[in-house]
Amino acid sequence: MQSSQPILSVQNLRRDFKMGDEIVHALRGVSFDIYPGEFVTIMGTSGSGKSTMLNILGCMDRPTSGHYILDGQHTETLKRDALARIRSQKLGFVFQSYNLLSRTTAIENVELPLLYNSKVSAEERHHRAIEALKMVGLESRMNHLPNQLSGGQQQRVAIARALVNDPVIILADEATGNLDTRTSYEIMMIFQELHRQGKTIAFVTHEPDIATFSGRTITLRDGLLKKDVINEKVQDAKTAFEALPPPETFDEE
Amino acid sequence: MNPITLAKIALRALFRNRMRTFLSVLGIVIGVAAVITMVAMGEGSKKSIKEQMTAMGTNAITIMPNQSRRGGVQTESSESLEEEDVIAIRENATYINGVSPMVTVGGQAIVGNNNSPTSLSGVSADYLKIRNYEIEDGVMFDDEADRMAKVCVIGQTVVKNLFPDGNPIGKTIRYKSIPLKVIGTLKTKGSGDFGQDQDDVIFTPYQTVMRRFSATTNIRQIYANSIGEGYAAKATEEIMTILKERRNWTKPTDPFRVFTQEEMIQMVTSTSDMLSLVLTAIAGISLFVGGIGIMNIMYVSVTERTKEIGLRMAIGARGKDILLQFLFESVIISLLGGAIGIALGIAASETVKLAMNWPMSVSVTSVVVSFGVCFATGVFFGWYPARKASRLDPIEALRFE
Repeated sequence: MQSSQPILSVQNLRRDFKMGDEIVHALRGVSFDIYPGEFVTIMGTSGSGKSTMLNILGCMDRPTSGHYILDGQHTETLKRDALARIRSQKLGFVFQSYNLLSRTTAIENVELPLLYNSKVSAEERHHRAIEALKMVGLESRMNHLPNQLSGGQQQRVAIARALVNDPVIILADEATGNLDTRTSYEIMMIFQELHRQGKTIAFVTHEPDIATFSGRTITLRDGLLKKDVINEKVQDAKTAFEALPPPETFDEE
Repeated sequence: MNPITLAKIALRALFRNRMRTFLSVLGIVIGVAAVITMVAMGEGSKKSIKEQMTAMGTNAITIMPNQSRRGGVQTESSESLEEEDVIAIRENATYINGVSPMVTVGGQAIVGNNNSPTSLSGVSADYLKIRNYEIEDGVMFDDEADRMAKVCVIGQTVVKNLFPDGNPIGKTIRYKSIPLKVIGTLKTKGSGDFGQDQDDVIFTPYQTVMRRFSATTNIRQIYANSIGEGYAAKATEEIMTILKERRNWTKPTDPFRVFTQEEMIQMVTSTSDMLSLVLTAIAGISLFVGGIGIMNIMYVSVTERTKEIGLRMAIGARGKDILLQFLFESVIISLLGGAIGIALGIAASETVKLAMNWPMSVSVTSVVVSFGVCFATGVFFGWYPARKASRLDPIEALRFE
């Protein structure tokens, strides 16, 4: 299964921050590869360096030393604009707090990443945004504003936004952190479905039960790789969701 | 990102904060409208002065006493012009083909129940030629034959005021109880601006005014006409020589001032230039203040939308894209303000023109320049906030609450 080239490879990655006179070593030499089609969760407590790792994987930050090769391209030495191009063409982000533009319809939010790719025409943009919304089952709500959508729906719009540029990897940062268990599982169902369709996903979380939905878990601790295990018994999100006690009726709006 | 998309994003953001946008636009609107109106006022008065001067005749030369004043106080008693000066110039000057004194009396002309508040101008027959007047009906008085005669030639406005229903030739008007027989009417010359109606004139022989009305030998001004456009300088020199010789003048300063029409225009317009410069500068300051308003609002906007900027960067916007997005906003504010300001400025100018009968002239240059200045204002005052936005760190920006 892991015969091809890794889609993402970090080698001896270090990241230091200067805090006044002190130097904080957020990452102290981490190496791992992620292969196409993998669904990986990156776990760790706060201070473990997982946020720093995600920022580097997301090409929003550069390592102090070490290598980060994404889709065959070294990113360590790239300038701001070149990194922006990579984010625009190769990465899809899902954030904890959705980060949808307010007073902007769902479809326009989904179209947003394509605006920064001059090769995509307005027509294609629209078409691809609809496709992405279909994938998360929200095509009927595409003209709704974020404040007319529930938290789970908003996160699904955000997932559609991460899909629309057909990225080589989707990076999720605590994507279920703001959601209740039921909705979290619904979101995980979508991620699992995307994984089944062949998408590569790196999912940062600190919740162990979320990690059970992925095929592999990388655990960071104090800036070092502590564990990198293949999950033999991947839990099916749909089954888990159905096993949950039914919601009380007055919870529904 | 293409400009249309950028403009759409900018417009939407501006529309979202309607009130705030409106107020920033208003700052520019007021600035631009003020500039347009002030320039129109300045240009208008300059134009009307020029028109009046040209209407006087391009070869006209004006002679008046040289009153040296300091701080508004006359420091030297000035020489006065006399009838003999007019005669001396007429007889001796070779570059002159017409000369006329000008003495005026204020009052009103009366015929029956009609009256016309027109000042009475004492001139010689040459005055028509110097000032480009033409006789419509009847004749001009003759300098010799009509010396001190109680006759007059009237402009069309006076005809309208005094003789609404009939031919005025041969009829008599009363001016300060003295009857003057109308022997001629002038062709209409149209009104100069500043409400100075050039048809609102009554001409009578200057001796008539001097002896019968004002009982003086002093002449305020003498007008002359040079024989051609290139001769104005020679003619003024010649006149000065004649005037000095008559008085055996030895002082280093000239007793009189002699202006060609060109100099007269320059003298008058330089004052109005100065005035319009000051007005425009004041208006410009208000445009500048409007620009500061834009800068202020853009700073607020950048801070408020830090998270949005972070998100846009995270999903692939380059610094340049963010810079342009915010620059578009400030430029749209300033251009919108510019367009409305220009429209308002033109409307204000036209209103002033109609309501107060001031000469206003909105020049194409001022409109184009204002629009250009607006664009520059938008870029200049939008640049710094936009650059601040474009240099945000996406990680920090996303974390911003």
